Amino acid sequence: MNDNKKQLRIALRNCGFINPEIIDDYISRDGYMALGKCLTEHTPEETIKEIKDSGLRGRGGGGFPTGLKWEITRKSESDQKYVVCNADEGDPGAFMDRSILEGDPHSVIEAMAICGYCIGADKGLVYIRAEYPLAIERLQIALSQAREYGLLGENIFRSGFNFDIEIRFGAGAFVCGEETALIHSMEGLRGEPTFKPPFPSVSGYLGKPTNVNNVETFANIPAILNKGAAWFSSIGTEKSKGTKVFALAGKINNVGLIEVPMGTTLREVIYEIGGGIRDGKKFKSVQTGGPSGGCLTTDFLDTPIDYDNLIDAGSMMGSGGMIVMDEDDCMVAIAKFYLEFTLEESCGKCSPCRIGNKRLHEILDKITSGRGEFQDIERLQLLSQVIKDTSLCGLGQTSPNPVLSTIANFEDEYLAHVNEGKCPAGQCKALLKYEIIEDLCTGCTLCFRNCPVGAISGERRQPHYIDQSLCIKCGVCYEKCKFNAITLS
Amino acid sequence: MDTVQLTIDNKPIVVKKGTTILEAAKGIGIHIPTLCHMKLDDLNIENKPGGCRICIVEVQGRRNLAPACCTEVSDGMVVNSHSIRVVNARQTVMELILSDHPSDCLICPKSGNCDLQSLAHQLGIREIHYKGEQSTYREDTSPAIIRDIDKCIMCRRCEMMCNEVQTVGVLSAINRGFNAVVSPAFEMNLDHSVCTYCGQCVAVCPTGALTEVNHTSKVIRALSDPSKTVIVQTAPAVRAALGEEFGYEAGTLVTGKLVSALRRLGFDYVFDTDFAADLTIMEEGTELLNRLSKYLEGDKDVKLPILTSCCPAWVKFFEHQFPQMKEIPSTARSPQQMFGSIAKSYFAEKMNIKREDLVVVSIMPCVAKKYECGRDEFKVNGNPDVDYAVTTRELASLIKLANIEFTKLPDENFDNPLGESTGAGVIFGTTGGVIEAAVRTAYELYTKKSLPRLDFDELRGMEGIRHATIDFNGFPLNIGIAHGLGNARKLLEKIEAGESEFHAIEIMSCPGGCIGGGGQPYHHGNAEILKKRQMAIYREDKNKTLRKSHENPYIIKLYEEYLGKPMSEKAHSLLHTEYFDRT
Amino acid sequence: MTRIKNLADLHKIKEEVQSKNRLRSSLDYPEHLVQIKVGMATCGIASGAKETMKYLNDELEQQAIDAVVTKTGCLGYCYAEPTIEVTLPGKEPVVFGYVDKAKVVEIIDVYIKRGEQVEGIIPLNFQTIDD
Ligand SMILES: Cc1cc2nc3c(=O)[nH]c(=O)nc-3n(C[C@H](O)[C@H](O)[C@H](O)COP(=O)(O)O)c2cc1C
Ligand code: SF4
Ligand code: SF4
Ligand code: SF4
Ligand code: SF4
Ligand code: SF4
Repeated sequence: MNDNKKQLRIALRNCGFINPEIIDDYISRDGYMALGKCLTEHTPEETIKEIKDSGLRGRGGGGFPTGLKWEITRKSESDQKYVVCNADEGDPGAFMDRSILEGDPHSVIEAMAICGYCIGADKGLVYIRAEYPLAIERLQIALSQAREYGLLGENIFRSGFNFDIEIRFGAGAFVCGEETALIHSMEGLRGEPTFKPPFPSVSGYLGKPTNVNNVETFANIPAILNKGAAWFSSIGTEKSKGTKVFALAGKINNVGLIEVPMGTTLREVIYEIGGGIRDGKKFKSVQTGGPSGGCLTTDFLDTPIDYDNLIDAGSMMGSGGMIVMDEDDCMVAIAKFYLEFTLEESCGKCSPCRIGNKRLHEILDKITSGRGEFQDIERLQLLSQVIKDTSLCGLGQTSPNPVLSTIANFEDEYLAHVNEGKCPAGQCKALLKYEIIEDLCTGCTLCFRNCPVGAISGERRQPHYIDQSLCIKCGVCYEKCKFNAITLS
Repeated sequence: MDTVQLTIDNKPIVVKKGTTILEAAKGIGIHIPTLCHMKLDDLNIENKPGGCRICIVEVQGRRNLAPACCTEVSDGMVVNSHSIRVVNARQTVMELILSDHPSDCLICPKSGNCDLQSLAHQLGIREIHYKGEQSTYREDTSPAIIRDIDKCIMCRRCEMMCNEVQTVGVLSAINRGFNAVVSPAFEMNLDHSVCTYCGQCVAVCPTGALTEVNHTSKVIRALSDPSKTVIVQTAPAVRAALGEEFGYEAGTLVTGKLVSALRRLGFDYVFDTDFAADLTIMEEGTELLNRLSKYLEGDKDVKLPILTSCCPAWVKFFEHQFPQMKEIPSTARSPQQMFGSIAKSYFAEKMNIKREDLVVVSIMPCVAKKYECGRDEFKVNGNPDVDYAVTTRELASLIKLANIEFTKLPDENFDNPLGESTGAGVIFGTTGGVIEAAVRTAYELYTKKSLPRLDFDELRGMEGIRHATIDFNGFPLNIGIAHGLGNARKLLEKIEAGESEFHAIEIMSCPGGCIGGGGQPYHHGNAEILKKRQMAIYREDKNKTLRKSHENPYIIKLYEEYLGKPMSEKAHSLLHTEYFDRT
Repeated sequence: MTRIKNLADLHKIKEEVQSKNRLRSSLDYPEHLVQIKVGMATCGIASGAKETMKYLNDELEQQAIDAVVTKTGCLGYCYAEPTIEVTLPGKEPVVFGYVDKAKVVEIIDVYIKRGEQVEGIIPLNFQTIDD
């Protein structure tokens, strides 16, 4: 492989190359070829075998083998089955699925039709968040073009196979990305998960067998069928085949969408593709797996990225968010940030997630505001473990991961907060202290006049003084002082 | 039959495929604690959201803990229901639930009967390690039910009852995460919703989040007012359940002690709603026969089937959901309201008591009765026919408050003239009873013959929808019975679609009828209790010398002295009502 | 549009589009064109890709340059949006980042008209499935 080309674009193969609103553009790059071949030359079983052989695993987070899922759904007997595309994409900062739908909607449509053929469904549903108007528009255009060409509808490729797709809009709740919640939301019920089993493959939408796959999972299908399972499984690691799309974000130079073969190291992603840390700062941590993932340290930079390695490292693949943090980021505050997200997004159905995450957040808040105690760290760990152990769905089962991984990898930062009342990264406002260096203070009164709460006192031309009990750490004095007489510690 | 082999706590067992770990454990005497789960056997009622996470157990080879109520057994499964890991997790989850719950036990209406409280005790919670903010919500008071949602633990039992069993659809979970609550749509108050006040949500709520509006202090105030004559009526289902509050086995009849306790509480007259139930049969039975004979004469406009109307929650249900059918139910008032109306007219005149000085209290198994007695059509110049309706549970608390040792009380008899009843009045308390009572009277009035047998076993039972055909001297009278509003809805939809063969249908809102009413002692998910109460009701009927409403001598006298005959003008104005479109 | 009934129909469309594209960028072909793709995904639009596309169209028209401007999806260089890809006849495609109005002018004047190098080229750092 060419050394400066670490990326390989399979799911994104057409994004940026074709006009997504022109179906001929897609066809010119082998679009609908895979569907045509399946319908006219292969049985569903052969096609499923090809997908199984490719080693493709779900890109929506769980990593379940896609071919196996199709096989299970195929074997579930029913008069009616459904194919559902999960385009809910609720991870903060993630936009892999949106980009695929905006840049290459036909690849998803084609794959859903293939899936329908394989499992014995004539109806597909795309569950997409309403906040993705452009993706919805392009998908709608693509659907009507595919219908006009007869690539959707009745008797596709004169094979007797019928298939059509409907769009359903999600209201933007993260938990509605969980497949059972997604199905309930489509049924007009409250978007909250239910216990599995039964899995959707056995009993899903309206109680019928339903194959749910992620957008990126689908986008891989036509390429696999066109180029063969052997080609696909030659890419990646032993148990994770193919590529993964990541949304690179945070303190990195080249923020954006990347697709790398499984097995690429975090270092390659961050330094070679991502162009390294912004402003020449020091790398501190990388968060994968979105709100349910963990924060990894330098120690893991050379870990090849795949499903299992990330779990072993205490994080997870998730749907592909990757956030890079530098020396200025406080890891306690980061954990708190993620907890805030889960707190907002928990459906509230089960007690450990509904109340437990609230308590975790409260303890983290206590620590970042300087009221933490040594025991709080252990309390966080114990509670996190119970929440993981007892929550109903994937959200609660993973929500404490940012807490556990930051404690495991950055315990010293927690200790600094609770033992010394210090935030090493200087992020936790409540732990900051603004002080006036007497020797440098000229007594110009500028700070005195600008302090919004009157915490500064002193005579003109005499050194001034900040009353710490009044100071709200707004930092105005620090900015105003012309003599660098104010320090921050 | 497919079976599965597994071990629970080292005990090997073989169970049917599809059994849950919870059921399998129960089978070998291992009690796994639960909170949100509730199952009423034979009534087809189950709440299994898997939300509270109290019943978690360790399953070998599984990454996380498994909820026993939802997890089906599989071959070779190895379950540990109380490993250190399980006990620790269970306690922690309980602590979390309690950390978001007010510590109001000392003054909580549910105290002593609260599933949460007893579970906290059972799990030995002595400290809450994770204290923090508690969710707060405004209190919502309606004519019958108080929602104190701060005490809600999101078990969703009420939601299941209201949606799946009653198909009323008032309660559902809204908002997310820590702010999630169970509420009527748009967070409106219950009294602005289509709630029927059936009280089934109250009957199953494991905490004090849903309780009845308490009228005991008003009753005490009336009893202590020397200018008032305070009389009381007690509904049939009360006598079959009150004993449970005093340690009696479910299904123990405590009629005599009930009367004696009421007398000791200071009621001036202790009467029986069963008397009014007999009266209801006279009116409703006559109405049925009138409609039936018109129908047999070929009148096409006659409204059949006739539907019973003694359950106020059912009345409110069709007023909201099927207003186009409001001409079909009988216009007869419920026994509670017939009693009130007769008490404040016939009895008051007889005793020479001014209406304003007569207070009528009713003891009901029901919370909807609180709402019913406040309806405008049951008031005269603003003065209600029934002043206060209190539940079986409230009566128990009154008895305890008055230091009456219930178990030591002698058996006493009801007062007259409004205390005499027949077995027909008694069986109003269970599903199928009203229609059986009506059949006993209607048959004899219609055929002018005496009934060969009085027990209509074909009308009895716990099946949600039942039907039977009774031979009325050659005319096959088709009878339907539904209990639970969801079952009622099914029958109504059939009638609307013109698919109903029925001539008369009995509908009760509560599963089991009034014995399972929202104001009864809590069954805590044990359906056996309901069945035992039902058997007690039939026992009481059997023990009565008179078992047909039209044979009640005081009813006969009432018509002679005051009402004339059933459906007379006077009977109409006092004993019948009209219904309203509430959409 | 006609219905696609078999694989041959599909191949026909594929061939047509590909040969059209080939022709357009072939110097030997009399009607060769400058081909420009503008990254018009949500990220591009949020950074002003719509304005860039409009301005580009206006400028090309005013200056009577033979070009086709089409929209395309996200190339992944979100940090450098708006991005455009310019293919001069007979040359390899080149991707430019941070394309605001000033950059449009520069690209047209310097790269398209004079064929000289312009700053801001983003090197392609990925392989495609056909590599
Ligand atoms: C809280 C939660 C949120 C999820 N959100 C998404 C999502 O936004 N998109 C998605 O494809 N899968 C999401 N999933 C995973 C789905 O439940 C499901 O596993 C996936 O759609 C299956 O597709 P795949 O096999 O192709 O990955 C989520 C899971 C959980 C527990
Ligand atoms: S874990 Fe959280 S999101 Fe999942 S069901 Fe429980 S409360 Fe809802
Ligand atoms: S609901 Fe139960 S636990 Fe809560 S205050 Fe009332 S009695 Fe106590
Ligand atoms: S009283 Fe009955 S109708 Fe009203 S909310 Fe409760 S269950 Fe629903
Ligand atoms: S109100 Fe009661 S029954 Fe309803 S969810 Fe809350 S605790 Fe459960
Ligand atoms: S069935 Fe009885 S207890 Fe239940 S609502 Fe009706 S009248 Fe009340």
